[in-house]
Amino acid sequence: MEFTDDQLQRYSRHIILPEVGGKGQKKILNAKVFIIGAGGLGCPVGYYLAAAGVGTIGMIDNDTVELSNLQRQIAHNTKRLGVHKVDSAKETFEALNPDVNVVGIKDRISKDNILDLIKDYDIVVDGSDNFPTRYLVNDACVMLKKPLVSGAILKFEGQVTTILPGEGHCYRCLFEEMPPAGLVPSCQEAGVLGAITGVVGALQATEVLKLILGKGDVLKNTLLIYDALKVNFRRVKVPKNNDCAVCGLNPSITELQDYDAGYCRI
Amino acid sequence: MEDIKIDKRINIKGLICPYTFVKSKLAIEDIEVGETLEILLDYEEASRSIPKSMEDHGHKILKVEKINDTDWTITVRKEKE
Repeated sequence: MEFTDDQLQRYSRHIILPEVGGKGQKKILNAKVFIIGAGGLGCPVGYYLAAAGVGTIGMIDNDTVELSNLQRQIAHNTKRLGVHKVDSAKETFEALNPDVNVVGIKDRISKDNILDLIKDYDIVVDGSDNFPTRYLVNDACVMLKKPLVSGAILKFEGQVTTILPGEGHCYRCLFEEMPPAGLVPSCQEAGVLGAITGVVGALQATEVLKLILGKGDVLKNTLLIYDALKVNFRRVKVPKNNDCAVCGLNPSITELQDYDAGYCRI
Repeated sequence: MEDIKIDKRINIKGLICPYTFVKSKLAIEDIEVGETLEILLDYEEASRSIPKSMEDHGHKILKVEKINDTDWTITVRKEKE
């Protein structure tokens, strides 16, 4: 594949980087990334991956755009209230970059559809807002050995970690069990500063691009915690747990479970 | 002086920065380590910036020559992938 003149201009600031070059940009153009959620994190992740030229971006979300989303969900806008978030995101990303094909899925991710949805993608990004989904995505990625870039935000704090199944830790090595429903407040209950979704989403997009390029270090065996009020980034080491229920030596979880059971969603 | 064997030539006359370097970098990616690339250009600034950028990327500048009133050639040897 040769670059068109438009592509040479669009990606010139990538191509001149020693770590990217024409070869790296072609890897980006051929990459397929699946994003869970078209909300606070999915919007900036998808936005930067689209700008970078990631050829195929899959996105799943069952929600429609609401006014309360627009304080942080930057792929949507006031004219798209009531529109499915994945349709809104597709329109935004494809308008930014016609090299990108956005595959939007209007559904909830579940144990019944996740394996089929992510199996043809290179990398998965979790931008979900709840624990059942977070554990479901982790377990599915471990089972399919898909790299997973997981992000979370609440109030003024964000977290990012990169899970490379077989090589490093997984989400269950970090937090063995889901916290009981109600213990950790949601953004609806506790609020979130909109701009920190951009910080965390951009960190996730950067992790994805480094994975595609095979350059630099990623947050393997590491949890990055961002405290916006204190302007502090902290790296916490997370060793792979050989007793982990899903990625350990003798895993007890060998098939996907009903993660919502006993977990009351608001 | 010993003649330099040229493995690939590109003509980027009419291009300005940063596309002069974008085209040059893509061309050097296409040759093997140890092979040489000759770049023909007419943008004066690039006659200075391309050699610098190529050296920053680890390649060897063999020659920079003003060949007439408007044009330069730069000869680079690829030193690494």
